[in-house]
Amino acid sequence: MNFDLTTEQKMIRREVRKFAENEIAPVALELDEKEEFSAELTRKMGEIGLFGMFVSEEYDGQALDYISYIIAVEEVARIDGSQAATIAAGNSLGIGPINYFGTKEQKKKYLPQLCRGEKLWGFGLTEPTAGSDAGGSKTTAVKEGKEWVINGSKIFITNAACELTLGVTVQAITGRRANGKPEYTCFLVEKDTPGFKAVPMHKKMMWRASNTAELYFDNVRVPEENILGKVGDGFHQMLQTLDGGRLSIGAMGLGGAQGAFDLALKYAKSREQFGQPISKFQAIGFKLADCAVEIECARNLLYKACWLRNEKRSFEKEAAMAKLYCSELMGRVANHAVQIHGGYGLMKEYNVERFYRDQKLLDIGEGTSEVQRIVISRYIGC
Amino acid sequence: MEILVCVKRVPDTSENEIGVNSAGTDIDRDDLVYSVNEWDNYAVEEAIQIVDRVGGKVTVVAVGDSESEEVLRREMAMGANDGLLLSDDSFGGSDGKGIATILKAAVKKGNYDLVLTGAQADAGAGQVGGMLAAMLDQPYASLVNSIEIINDKTLKVGREIEGGNQEMNEIQMPCVLSIQTGINEPRYVGIRGIRKVASVEIPVLGALDLGVSSGSVGSAGAKVKVQDYFVPQLGKGAEILEGSTEEIIDKLIELLKVKGGLK
Ligand SMILES: Cc1cc2nc3c(=O)[nH]c(=O)nc-3n(C[C@H](O)[C@H](O)[C@H](O)COP(=O)(O)OP(=O)(O)OC[C@H]3O[C@@H](n4cnc5c(N)ncnc54)[C@H](O)[C@@H]3O)c2cc1C
Repeated sequence: MNFDLTTEQKMIRREVRKFAENEIAPVALELDEKEEFSAELTRKMGEIGLFGMFVSEEYDGQALDYISYIIAVEEVARIDGSQAATIAAGNSLGIGPINYFGTKEQKKKYLPQLCRGEKLWGFGLTEPTAGSDAGGSKTTAVKEGKEWVINGSKIFITNAACELTLGVTVQAITGRRANGKPEYTCFLVEKDTPGFKAVPMHKKMMWRASNTAELYFDNVRVPEENILGKVGDGFHQMLQTLDGGRLSIGAMGLGGAQGAFDLALKYAKSREQFGQPISKFQAIGFKLADCAVEIECARNLLYKACWLRNEKRSFEKEAAMAKLYCSELMGRVANHAVQIHGGYGLMKEYNVERFYRDQKLLDIGEGTSEVQRIVISRYIGC
Repeated sequence: MEILVCVKRVPDTSENEIGVNSAGTDIDRDDLVYSVNEWDNYAVEEAIQIVDRVGGKVTVVAVGDSESEEVLRREMAMGANDGLLLSDDSFGGSDGKGIATILKAAVKKGNYDLVLTGAQADAGAGQVGGMLAAMLDQPYASLVNSIEIINDKTLKVGREIEGGNQEMNEIQMPCVLSIQTGINEPRYVGIRGIRKVASVEIPVLGALDLGVSSGSVGSAGAKVKVQDYFVPQLGKGAEILEGSTEEIIDKLIELLKVKGGLK
């Protein structure tokens, strides 16, 4: 067994960390407070190569392995959840499906701009009536001549209504299978297509600098060549996309936990009460020790899941475990981090309260913690 | 233009809390995060920009143990074309003159129009650039904060002078310049750059390859030796303000008012 990262992976960690500390940290608080998505910061993240990380160079991707990608997300999440969300959703949900299931023409048309971080692409799965239960979806696509006509709506779609949005992948019901279950197909819809409307959602508790949208499809007509893969592939594509997405949500949990822990440790060493640094009180020191242990466990679990994926072995069970564990871990660590900061922890300028808020989505997005436990319990034979 | 940039691996002051070791001979080097010396990074950026304008090649060179390879690789990911590691057991403990002696041998093996160093590194002595120029018998300008290429023989360089003044000089190549921070804005290292250099072999030259006699470098050749290393006692009349930035600012304003500096 070899636990060493490669030279490349180590360099990626250092350089992404440096970028995040210098470019993201100074603006994270303000963007969160103003609830503002920053196109400028997204472009900068694109310039250093944070989009298209697992896409081949032919489409201006970075052609990295999955661990490298996860390390990059982790390092951004260590500083700010919103920017990590833009990257994780941009890669796993926006770029991923086009890269894995798109035709050569679709890849040529969309991937280079997305991989350079000049444009973003949304992945529209969730509907008002279909969250954990995709079976509740109502969005449909009907074939008329050589075109497909899409009707319905989506909710909570990341990167889908900002100035950089180029379009969205939307999953729609295109018929019934022999067993009576709906047949799903994914379509690529460019943002200016008539009948398509993307409306930003505001007043979020978390990821306030990440763009979230409601999508409306009112007789949206797209040509046949906008089908992603084949008619009827939609359900499978969604499952595969979410399996990969779980690793990046895991990276957000791990990175966020590390970020909150680093802030808490630094504060505990410098804050003095009763004549000594509070880190010397067992109650504080033990909290930090527990966090350090759990972060180490989380990193090993997540990297193992990525390694399995790199090796083209089955990784789905481990991905669900890593998503669940890393997400919930960040909740525990952020909670301790605020507690260790005392009253200051509740003040925005100390940053830990942002980690505390941002964490909550990780228990909910891309399969809730309950859904992960359902998935895992099935894998272990319950 | 052929440019050689000398770079050093140093403790990263933004990633570490630096303290003195228990023996009082050095800083405590356990568990330190290292990176490229900040001044050197500006020098590499400047070299890359020059080559982007007029063509040529940037080589980065470091004196150090095998771990110094990581800073060479980093600067290559940033855009330097080649790396060169000067490493030998006998180099350890070199003083400024020793390092300049080793670098001079490396410069002699190439055909460089321009050699850049950082204005200073972690030890703060700022000796290497000047000594290297003297040993090479080349002209030298220190604390350079702008470089303009006049022709293939001549550069116009700006120098920062005490008190915020600026001096402009013409200097003939080949020459040595020590670079001040702020001369440019060093770029970030992108993932594509990292991928390009992650597995390239970086050549290593030792004392024999360089023709450096081991008595002239390393602790054996060092004529300057650190005797003691400590944090000075706080003097009278100095007060260190503590607290959050806002608290410090409030206290400072208060003090200035009390002492009559602010009305
Ligand atoms: C900021 C943000 C960004 C998002 N980005 C995207 C995106 O880019 N694309 C996209 O398609 N979606 C996105 N989502 C949607 C997200 O994936 C859904 O919110 C999530 O899947 C949960 O669905 P729901 O909110 O409808 O909750 P529900 O499914 O209604 O769940 C409510 C509660 O019931 C529980 N529950 C449901 N079913 C079961 C069961 N069988 N057993 C036990 N408990 C159950 C859940 O665990 C949860 O606790 C985003 C959401 C947010 C908030």
